Amino acid sequence: MNVNAVEKLFTSELRAINIGLESFAKNLSAEGAKTVQVDWRPPAGGDLKTIAALDAIAAGIFGRDGKPLDAEAANAEAARRILAAKPTVVGIGTALDVVPGMARDLILHAGPPVAWKDMCGPLRGAIIGGLLYEGLASDAGEAETLAASGKIRFEPCHHHDAVGPMAGVMTASMPVWILENKGFGNRAYCTLNEGLGKVLRYGAYSAEVLQRLAWMRDELAPMLSAAIALRGPIDMKSLIAQVLQMGDEGHNRNRAGTSIVIRELAPHLVMLDWPREKIAKALAFLNGNDHFFLNLTMPSAKCTVDAAAGIEGSTIITTMARNGTEFGIKLSGLPGRWFTGPAGVVEGLYLPGYGPSDAARDIGDSVITETSGIGGFAMAAAPAIVKFVGGSPQDALNVTLRMYEICQTENDAYQIPALDFRGTPTAIDVRKVVETGILPAINTGIAHRNPGIGMVGAGLVKPPECAFRDAVVAFAKEYAHNT
Amino acid sequence: MKQIAVRKDSYYDSVFLMLSARALKSLAGVSEAVVAMATPMNLELLAGMGFASRDFADLTPGDLIVAVEAQDGSTSEAAIKEAFESLTRRKKTDSSGAGIQSSGSLQSAQKIDPDANMAIISVPGAYAAREARKALDAGLHVMLFSDNVSLEEEISLKTLAVSKGLLMMGPDCGTAIINGKPLCFANVVRKGPIGIVAAAGTGLQEVSCLIDRYGSGISQGIGTGGRDMKNAAVGGMTSLFAIEALAADPATKVMLVVSKPPAPDVAAKVIAALRASGKPAVAHFLGLPPGTDEPHLAYAHDLEEAALLATLFATTVLDSTAARKLIAEDSGNDRYNRPSRATIERLAIQESAKLSSAQKYLRGLYTGGTLTDETLFLAHASLGGVWSNNHTDKNWLLSDPKKSLGHTVIDLGDDIFTVGKPHPMIDPAARAERISLEGRDETCAVILIDVVLGYGSHPDPAGACLQAIAGAKAAARARGGYMPVVASVTGTAGDPQDFEAQVAKLEAEGVVVMPSNYRAALLAIEIAELAGGKR
Repeated sequence: MNVNAVEKLFTSELRAINIGLESFAKNLSAEGAKTVQVDWRPPAGGDLKTIAALDAIAAGIFGRDGKPLDAEAANAEAARRILAAKPTVVGIGTALDVVPGMARDLILHAGPPVAWKDMCGPLRGAIIGGLLYEGLASDAGEAETLAASGKIRFEPCHHHDAVGPMAGVMTASMPVWILENKGFGNRAYCTLNEGLGKVLRYGAYSAEVLQRLAWMRDELAPMLSAAIALRGPIDMKSLIAQVLQMGDEGHNRNRAGTSIVIRELAPHLVMLDWPREKIAKALAFLNGNDHFFLNLTMPSAKCTVDAAAGIEGSTIITTMARNGTEFGIKLSGLPGRWFTGPAGVVEGLYLPGYGPSDAARDIGDSVITETSGIGGFAMAAAPAIVKFVGGSPQDALNVTLRMYEICQTENDAYQIPALDFRGTPTAIDVRKVVETGILPAINTGIAHRNPGIGMVGAGLVKPPECAFRDAVVAFAKEYAHNT
Repeated sequence: MKQIAVRKDSYYDSVFLMLSARALKSLAGVSEAVVAMATPMNLELLAGMGFASRDFADLTPGDLIVAVEAQDGSTSEAAIKEAFESLTRRKKTDSSGAGIQSSGSLQSAQKIDPDANMAIISVPGAYAAREARKALDAGLHVMLFSDNVSLEEEISLKTLAVSKGLLMMGPDCGTAIINGKPLCFANVVRKGPIGIVAAAGTGLQEVSCLIDRYGSGISQGIGTGGRDMKNAAVGGMTSLFAIEALAADPATKVMLVVSKPPAPDVAAKVIAALRASGKPAVAHFLGLPPGTDEPHLAYAHDLEEAALLATLFATTVLDSTAARKLIAEDSGNDRYNRPSRATIERLAIQESAKLSSAQKYLRGLYTGGTLTDETLFLAHASLGGVWSNNHTDKNWLLSDPKKSLGHTVIDLGDDIFTVGKPHPMIDPAARAERISLEGRDETCAVILIDVVLGYGSHPDPAGACLQAIAGAKAAARARGGYMPVVASVTGTAGDPQDFEAQVAKLEAEGVVVMPSNYRAALLAIEIAELAGGKR
């Protein structure tokens, strides 16, 4: 027997990790022994099938050809790619022209796939609005009939390199941001943010909404596009790194980011060959919409994590998204497969006149920000919105600190001032989520449950644990041959 | 000489950059330093300072630039390196003594303390083996407090641990002392030359406290779990590994092994390992007649003698014969506070003088399992049969442990008493109730209890049974009798409960407090014998 390790223990300071009864840690600490407490919970909530899957993965995984794989190395590679991403705004185009697979009879939406009959109110409303906007229907009734007829196809934005906030509806003639990941060459697309209140992404489709969309298509987008052409590509990684040090977390608070974008574009906008009042209207619109930047962080996050998709043997989560009916995730090592559970109810704060009974279920692709290591994961960076997580800056710090438990790495660009500029927790490992029961912290807006009303609040949402467990079980089935 | 370095696409806030520049300027041999984002203004500034050696055309405001003027190339190289490092350097969070940090998993706990060397696991049994395996795989020694771990899991964990050279204490290991630190249920004992290997429970607590009281101390107290030596399939894996580790440990001069009767094969291996260690050793197998002493291997008859022999080996005595001689000579002179046979008889006569004729039986009400067993073995032999829930002889197993029958010694830590309740060492309420119950029984002639101090135990275990003792004594008086209560207190002056105060509280209530469980058992048995008219 080799007792060297025990000899080393006997001659070192005892330093313990206490898993279970906390009094044992307190006693040791009282006796001067350094002790770390593990707040233990049954793995996978005690679900035996999932625990077996975790154990099988830990015992060893193999490729289709039977070759042994190393999940740690695969995850390190996924994390490397996420950190090496260089999301960059390269321009604005029309969805039909630039989004892969886009077609006139196709409407893209947020989250995993969902059929018309299963769609929630806000998504139906946004689709009605989209059909009206495209001139495919002349009133809401006609639009509903058309949507239910089967003549219109519905597919997730995520199946077309795109993301959309809330309902996430994208139609053929909408202008879209074009983001390119300069590190890997892949692109991502997202519509332009319409502002708050009655807007399409919250399911509103009144004349006011449609008029705004038309103005965005006919004036705002061409102006912004021309300004970007003058300015040149915008390095989003650097902007996001800056806004995290200015009180944004990149999902629920975008005030600093929107301000920065205005600063970046204003000098070029004023040089355009457009009437002054139209340029002023565009700038006023940006200024009046704190979330304008969100539609840039989202495709930035999308093209960032897409680079990490499809790595054999990786358990890193590369997509999280909701459609108002279901919440779904995808794993790097199981490309093309969604694992879903029922969309949650958002715990949040409500705008005057609204309450929880008005809320739709969790919806939107904006959780791509958390998937890439910002949003709720960077909560500690945004003291202004700590009301969403309990009220004190410490609560916000705790949210971020917990996320390190489930992540593969720490971001080298996105840093938290209050954590001594520690990088944000990045690259979620589904195994850690299931093992610890710590679910990703997701910030989100709340849509009214009925179409046509809009945003009623914002808050935090708990994703369904079953989606993560199912993903682990499927991963084990695919890779761990001794299950 | 002037030197410039660039890191593309690295945004840092200007305050950081200025701090970094200031630090660089303070370096010996550095006359000028600029750490800045490559904005047009900064590039102009650099050009103005004569840093035009590099073409700036390809730089963007998102790029970090470090420019240093220094006395020579190596100084500027070093300064540039320092600049990049200082921007990414984290202040080391000082957590030494700053309380307990918590984490969500073993993995992240290891990140918080990469030097952690021991995992203490007390999760429900169904998950315990899994956590222990993870800890072993992570290179940690393990103390597995949890019980309800299957025999197969125990064997597999111990095999893994031995193959990795790691200490695997438990499952069902309640006590250990590692590097002087009490783990789980353990007492604060002096550090010293005696290394203990025990199943780990109140046996380890009793011998370590007595050794402390006798003036020696513990190098390590290693718990193995109850099945380690007892079950032939486990084969004493942890015990043998621990003996080898203690044999190699220069701080351990004497070894002490305490166990319930081991499997014969295992006993032989343990004895062989003790002999092979070359260190003086003491073995005590509860309930087995002691073996024949060898010069450097003594077989103790009880826990107290085990502690005393180990102490003597650790201090002045060279061999078993000399140790035995010293103990024999000391008997009665109380150098080690071991009341002699005569003293015990005198005490027993005093205590039994006022018993009524109906009072006949011993009632041992224990919170500690090993202490129960020690008393049970002694009393069963002396009193011609004792009922117990811990009995190895099925004929004397209590069908309802909640009711005493004749002479009874019960372990209140048995599962039957603890379903849905804390262990009586943590919450002695169940024992207080049982004391009251015995007080109402006119046949009860003496109540014998253990009071176990130390970490993990109730903050005032003596205090928690005083009211019941007073009640039992009053009830006996009311019936025209008297209720002798005998106790021992397993603890040290260093324990959080205050050993002296615990003893004083008991004595104030008329309890006879003996210096060890062994002596307490002798006295209680003597009282019971007198009560039964045997003497």
